[in-house]
Amino acid sequence: MNKTLKGKVHKYDRDNIDTDVIIPGPYLKIHDHKELAKHALEGLDPKFPEKVQEGDFIVTGSNFGCGSSREHAPIALSQTGIRAILAPTFARIFYRNAVDGGYLLPIEIDRETVKKIADRDELEIDIAQNKITNVTKNEQYPMKPFPELIAKIVEAGGLMKYKP
Amino acid sequence: MRLIPTDTVLAMTITEKILARASGRQDLSPGDVVFAKVDKVMMHDVSGPGVIKVFAEWEKKGLKFEKIWDPDRVWVTEDHFVPAADRVSAENVIALSNFTKQYGVKKHFKYGLGQYGICHTLSHEEAMVLPGEVYVGGDSHTNTTGAMGTFAAGLGHTDVAYVLMNGQIWFKVPETMLFKIEGDKPAHIMAKDIILKIIGEIGTDGANYRTMQFAGNVVKELSMEERLTLTNMTTEAGAKNGIIEPDETTYEYLRKRTDARYAPVKGDEGAQFAEIFTIETTKMEPTVAKPFSPGNISAARELQGTALDKAYIGSCTGAKLEDLRAAANIMRGKKVKIRTEVLPAAQSIYMKAMNEGLIQIFMESGAVVGPPTCGACCGAHMGVLGKGEVCISTTNRNFPGRMGHVESQTYLASPLVVAASALTGRITDPRDVR
Repeated sequence: MNKTLKGKVHKYDRDNIDTDVIIPGPYLKIHDHKELAKHALEGLDPKFPEKVQEGDFIVTGSNFGCGSSREHAPIALSQTGIRAILAPTFARIFYRNAVDGGYLLPIEIDRETVKKIADRDELEIDIAQNKITNVTKNEQYPMKPFPELIAKIVEAGGLMKYKP
Repeated sequence: MRLIPTDTVLAMTITEKILARASGRQDLSPGDVVFAKVDKVMMHDVSGPGVIKVFAEWEKKGLKFEKIWDPDRVWVTEDHFVPAADRVSAENVIALSNFTKQYGVKKHFKYGLGQYGICHTLSHEEAMVLPGEVYVGGDSHTNTTGAMGTFAAGLGHTDVAYVLMNGQIWFKVPETMLFKIEGDKPAHIMAKDIILKIIGEIGTDGANYRTMQFAGNVVKELSMEERLTLTNMTTEAGAKNGIIEPDETTYEYLRKRTDARYAPVKGDEGAQFAEIFTIETTKMEPTVAKPFSPGNISAARELQGTALDKAYIGSCTGAKLEDLRAAANIMRGKKVKIRTEVLPAAQSIYMKAMNEGLIQIFMESGAVVGPPTCGACCGAHMGVLGKGEVCISTTNRNFPGRMGHVESQTYLASPLVVAASALTGRITDPRDVR
């Protein structure tokens, strides 16, 4: 994997951001990806879709994406332009939907790193080196490497393109 | 057929054994990644249209799908947005019907056409899934069916589409947490109280990526439907799956519903558990999860002053036949003080409740009885909450906005507590109903 991501941080400093907050129930009937993006994170920050620029990141607390299996959640976030979410832990279905659908990268970082990164900081994420550079603060942080299979699926661009 | 002596094979839990069998391995350990063959796969009117979109995207890229892996192992329900909430939901159901027709999927439970209901309820009520099987579904509460000794896990729609094409899917073998539930179970305690208590203890990510297995004398004595409440809410602790080893209760439940053959699996003696918890039920109190987390628990009596606007008895968690019986027992001959909605989880359960006189009890109490639907449980339609409204519900989640407005509040409780609260308009312990 040889990939560097660069973007600005949108920080939501809380644990257990759930799928009902990421994309509320009434929108589950919608399957138009661009339409879903208009409601991304609506339960927490209705202005979120306007704030995001292509390539940005979310930095947040643990158990991100808990709750439902709705793939609408990573779809809505990725369609706003979010390329990676950095959190200490992810709920399992959100994690595999994000990876298997090829929407965005769920990157595990420790709690200390979450504390050091501020809203609007600019980050560079080097996937091959498992290294995060905070360009704004001139700091470097580690990230947890992807397990072997996940790395291969990410590299392929999603489960449908992955050949076991 | 084992080619090496059995004593070199690792002792495994039921989950590990099912995954080993499904992936053609003699044994495996937590952390191993396997591609497991799937026995059954389910999608509904929310995940189904997502799956159809994945198929459509691939066809745009020139891939043609003349057939799916095995139409007889696929089943489909209409449950989230039925009766059609609006034009979009009606069109999703049409798309689902076209898909099942095109690919020859015969097991499609349609709203208004005989038996239908919430997918997790049909999984056991219609014996769509059997002990020892690997079952995946496009819904997070697919875990429910693990009460039948099945490996049952929820997936998103890309993964379900992959299963429809390939008949298998990857899993990281989970570690198992064993919950031994022991003691006497008082009549005012239901499985819902027990699972809320457990989530309160371990937290909403307490079982993330892991298996929650239930055992102990209380589980042994629980009915099938009550066991299903335990596994249903393992999702709320982040678990990959919940599971109970099959026994005579399981086999008896299935004998009444199917003559299909199956190969049940039990765990090995000496299997390793990541953690073992013992839960005592003898002195357990009726338990309520407060807004905005299923792990935010209190005893019902500690909350008895809490005023409510609505009581909701519905969903895969809390509208099975025994849930309705429990609620009706409390409500018999009494009037509700707040808006109360009862939505049996499947058409067959509605019918049984009617034959037993439960529907009459609910209606005479002043409650409304609606058609089976996920409806308001996920804030979709059919009775969502307005700003500031407070609801007590037999459902499974109470995140902000879950059942309606982001500033509404939901308390989660057993059918006994919800029925008792409906009669007083305040959170009420069923022991305090006169």
